[in-house]
Amino acid sequence: MKKFEWKSVLALALTGALALGLTACGSSDNGAAATGSNDAGSKAVYRTLDEIKESGTINIGVFSDKNPFGYVDENGEYQGYDVYYARRLGEDLGVDVNFVSTEAANRIEYLQTGKVDVILANFTVTPERAEEVDFAVPYMNVALGVVSKDDNVITTLDNWNADDSIIVISGTTAETYLIANYPDIPLQKFDSYATAKEAFENGTSVAWANDNTEVIAFALQNEGYTVGIPSLGSADTIAPAVSKGNTTLLDWINDEIASLGEENFFHADYEATLADTYGLDYEDSLVVEGGKVTAQ
Amino acid sequence: MPDLGIDVLFKGTNMLRLLQGLWVAMKISIVSILISMPLGILVGVLMTVKNRFVKAIFRVYLEFIRIMPQLVLLFIVYFGSTRALGWNLSGEVASVIVFVLWGTAEMGDLVRGALISIPKHQYESSEALGFSKIQTYLYIIIPQTVRRLIPLSINLITRMIKTTSLVLMIGVVEMLKVAQQIIEANRMSSPNAAFGVFLVVFVLYFFACWPFSVLARVLEKKWN
Repeated sequence: MKKFEWKSVLALALTGALALGLTACGSSDNGAAATGSNDAGSKAVYRTLDEIKESGTINIGVFSDKNPFGYVDENGEYQGYDVYYARRLGEDLGVDVNFVSTEAANRIEYLQTGKVDVILANFTVTPERAEEVDFAVPYMNVALGVVSKDDNVITTLDNWNADDSIIVISGTTAETYLIANYPDIPLQKFDSYATAKEAFENGTSVAWANDNTEVIAFALQNEGYTVGIPSLGSADTIAPAVSKGNTTLLDWINDEIASLGEENFFHADYEATLADTYGLDYEDSLVVEGGKVTAQ
Repeated sequence: MPDLGIDVLFKGTNMLRLLQGLWVAMKISIVSILISMPLGILVGVLMTVKNRFVKAIFRVYLEFIRIMPQLVLLFIVYFGSTRALGWNLSGEVASVIVFVLWGTAEMGDLVRGALISIPKHQYESSEALGFSKIQTYLYIIIPQTVRRLIPLSINLITRMIKTTSLVLMIGVVEMLKVAQQIIEANRMSSPNAAFGVFLVVFVLYFFACWPFSVLARVLEKKWN
């Protein structure tokens, strides 16, 4: 057996090297990235308002493939309703904005690990999410909607034919709502907006459930589709979110939204980014100004 | 000819962005391949060791990596390392770590398979000729194994290149993500762009993987 010993030694050395390599990668990156994301001993993963100001850059998670809320234009610049507000936020804070491309399914994770400071990715406020992250006051209204093909318009989810399925995007409120309220309806889940849209257009499902803004826009832009159910479930709001417990940043954002209300900032935002998609008819019902939801 | 919507790629810097996305994907996969291939060969040799302890460790390692979907591994390394250890890895570094762990495990198993397929008399003959253990591996076993490994490892390499399409889930904007961004940004003006853009993505992936197939064919020819 003795002749095999060198291999055991090699094995141990290799395991050690792997572990060491991992540590080295980690620490070298730590130095370059977030200061204060992990102050010695403290459990806080987030950066406070002062730490963000000091670093000169705020990391904001936005969608990069959700036109017209957050998308990237042909010159590689982020654009959209959320992005318009994100730029203003950075401007008023006096820092540069570093946009981080997020997906619906990883938004909470990004905040919980402090990899972004704020999420402005069309984030609908729900009680479950509010346990994981802190929401600021809202800047938009939203409900769910269901869009289907003109030749087979779905107007109700009752008496569902079990052979048909509905498309949803993983991690969205539509998914949660349908699972909770219509557990018998088969769902087809996709990770990104683009893949869900692709599948729906190819007819893999009879309907697509998503935020009503999304389905309204989709039906307006694509021939042959109708929003059979324009408002499903309770009316919700969309708000900025920060890591749980990051009160300094949260308070600042709340004050900011309140003061932006005085100049009707979000109406200007709507007109600059959303009017092309939804028309001006929806402006007052979609926009929340100054963080105050008015009865619709 | 139907409108494939390829024209959206010529708007602004779209094509350049798509190629930059490809570059990001290639950087991650090539760095991972360069690290995991030699490591995999080492691990493969160690997997054939008769020491039960060493065997068990690598068995657990291989099974763990093989069972876990790559997406889960990416989440564990990217978000988990921040939660558990407070490291703030960039998406690219996290991807390389996952791809190296994965590539090393699978390459290790391929090497193990190739090694045990070498008939026992090869070892015995070389011992009879007075080769030492290391010389046996260096001059007799490894050269034969490498030939058997070429087609297998090309599969793994192309799979690693294609699997970079998952890293968009941890915020790395690679080719597929850029493609989705371009399709979405133009969903009003060119609703059909998806087909054309994905077609171009397909062609680009092909040209990213194809050189490896050519290299494999050349090597196999040369050694036969």
